Amino acid sequence: MKTHKTILRDLKPKKFGKRDSIWTISLIVIIIIGLIAYIDQLIKGQEVTNMRDYALWGIYISNFVFFVATSFVGTVTVAILRLTKNSWRTPLVRIAEIISVAAIIMAGITIMIDMARPDRLLNLFIHARLQSPITWDVVIIPTYIVISLLLLYFPLIPDFAILKTHFKKKKPKLSKFYGRLALNWTGSKAQKSLQEKSIRIIAIMIIPVGLLLQTIDAWLFSTTYRIGWDSTNFAPYFISGAFVAGVGALVTLIYIIRKAKKLENYITDYHFDKLGKLLALACLIYLYFNINEYVIPLFTAKKGELVHLETLFTGSYSILFWAVTVIGLILPIIVLMFKKGRKPNSMFIIGLIVVIGSWWKRFVIVTPTLLHPFLPIQGVPESWHHYFPSLHEWLITLATLAMAFLIITVCVRYLPVIPIQRTIDEMEASEANNKNTES
Amino acid sequence: MEDKNKSSRRKFLDNGLKLGIVSAIGGLGLSKITSKLNAANDDSSGEKMELMTTDGTLIQVDTSEVIEVEHAKEHDKKYNVREGNPNRKFVMVVDLAKCKNALKCQSACNKHHYITGENAWLKVYKMQEEKDTAPYWMPMMCMHCDQPACVTVCPVDATFKRKDGLVLIDNERCIGCRFCMAACPYSTRVFNWGEPGQEVTLNMDMTHHTPSPEHAGIPSIKGTVDKCDFCPHAIDNGELPHCVTACPNGVFYFGDKYEDTVTNGEETVRLSQLLEDKSGYRLMEGLGTSPSVYYLPPVDRLVDFEDGLEDFKEFESVEPVSPVEKPEQL
Repeated sequence: MKTHKTILRDLKPKKFGKRDSIWTISLIVIIIIGLIAYIDQLIKGQEVTNMRDYALWGIYISNFVFFVATSFVGTVTVAILRLTKNSWRTPLVRIAEIISVAAIIMAGITIMIDMARPDRLLNLFIHARLQSPITWDVVIIPTYIVISLLLLYFPLIPDFAILKTHFKKKKPKLSKFYGRLALNWTGSKAQKSLQEKSIRIIAIMIIPVGLLLQTIDAWLFSTTYRIGWDSTNFAPYFISGAFVAGVGALVTLIYIIRKAKKLENYITDYHFDKLGKLLALACLIYLYFNINEYVIPLFTAKKGELVHLETLFTGSYSILFWAVTVIGLILPIIVLMFKKGRKPNSMFIIGLIVVIGSWWKRFVIVTPTLLHPFLPIQGVPESWHHYFPSLHEWLITLATLAMAFLIITVCVRYLPVIPIQRTIDEMEASEANNKNTES
Repeated sequence: MEDKNKSSRRKFLDNGLKLGIVSAIGGLGLSKITSKLNAANDDSSGEKMELMTTDGTLIQVDTSEVIEVEHAKEHDKKYNVREGNPNRKFVMVVDLAKCKNALKCQSACNKHHYITGENAWLKVYKMQEEKDTAPYWMPMMCMHCDQPACVTVCPVDATFKRKDGLVLIDNERCIGCRFCMAACPYSTRVFNWGEPGQEVTLNMDMTHHTPSPEHAGIPSIKGTVDKCDFCPHAIDNGELPHCVTACPNGVFYFGDKYEDTVTNGEETVRLSQLLEDKSGYRLMEGLGTSPSVYYLPPVDRLVDFEDGLEDFKEFESVEPVSPVEKPEQL
């Protein structure tokens, strides 16, 4: 039986070990390199990228879409599992919320990297036009950032209070920091009901906002005439894709954090099994929309559509397309069907595959379409007929990924990744239950 | 908690009441003023003056009431770049039967807009829909659509549609998101990926030229979108767009849809008649963009398609600047 003390000892934020420090420093180094590359891009202009007039969007945009998709994990695990009263979520929600916050913040930053004139950022507000999907993004992304932060923060308040008292003697500075964040939490009934209420409101609010975020992201593409984007299927296709990317990222990071923080007693095989089923569900839904998106157009096979699909199926993007579809989507479904496939180790590998597949999937959505305009590509250098990211683009994109990891790392360092108060409460409740059944 | 709620409700009611009183007083005051205005002026001079209202009826007014109209100088006379020439609607007709890919249009366009990139604003496409159908040359420029997809998606109103039909770009405002380029089904927009490096920008001060969306390319600005502007700067001078005058074969007709006339510099014809006689059409009509550029099908061609092949360059549309010229300019 775990006592409060052991729970607190296990779950409280701990100092970094050597391995953690190396990890953090290498992230910072990657970020600095990316920053240098970005400054160079600012000075020289986006000619340092391999984007050109036909491939006018590249990995900045597909990376942005990836971040937006990953941020959906907060909506799924926290809000939906909460509303459906799936109690196994307890040790997982905090990590999901952290991923969500990191991903959506990085989405906001990444989209600005793609802007060729970030110095004119304010024009988006001064001259905003409501009919442009970009303006919708300008509205929805900050909204989602705020809601995700609140969803991370509200359940943290009691834990901050616990940590405040815990660190009072040993680290007064840290204790003060937690104390500020705890907002004079005493755990009184009134406070508890207020907190409970606020969390419920936010958890309900994040569902429409999260769905809208993914939808608007899809509309960025489907409001154009481009073959491969001009699809009414796009919004649910993106939502289900976000479900996959988000849960995949959650599985991967939970495995790593569990290992790094030795949380095997809290995040057990049971949780991985449940998560595996959730991921399988996500992949199945996504597969359904993929069939809608890629197989059904084959039947009418309109001219432009056919050229586009042939590039994906047998043409220059076929390797990538089949890799993300078969390895990134169908293989996980098959593996996750088996109980053994849902054990932590294999789940980690599947999660990793799903995340990498999700990232490249966005590349396959963005790039091939742009290289198939309605009119032939003529009168431009041969290199403009293809697109593969330049060194600058890779460095900057890697830096954004590193930044997301850094945000997560900092959160993992200073926040209890598993809710302490909730774990204690639930343990007490189950103990009380046991006693009741015994007597 | 309960008390707080009550007190705030009370406050709200209180404020509402105050607001009501204020507006009531304001309303009273307003009605007083209007009644005063309506009543006969007490210190009238007795002299009457005959005036005509805007709808043409004659009225008599006391001379003391007559005040000179303050002219909104700016408002009436100032030409608005975003509105364009009133009561005009510019259109172009491209006769594909005459085009033999001489590319004089392209080089004239490149020259007059100081294009330094690698993607010309006007391109002559080598077209062939299918193996069984005839090949032809098709000059392409901005279609200046009446339902422009680019304008719809622009988040900052940098690209805009004018009343005279032109779609122009404000390069001082463009944020470089390239959404308009993704939206344009005609792939007509080009981007300044790097510093344009135009010579014209070097001596901008000497030419006293103020940058305007009406003369795109002077200067081109890094990180913004450019495209064919239908040469409003030439129209202003009573000239035709540069591609029209440069074409040796009279392929391009330019004119005003309201006047129903278009000209290629040699002959002036009725637009409606021309479109009817030669079965004019517009590109990708099915998309609903309703372009301002009409095409006449490539029938009864004056020259063979093959004649144009010698000028065709698959990977080039802007002539590289010869290195000899540069030092002279500097």
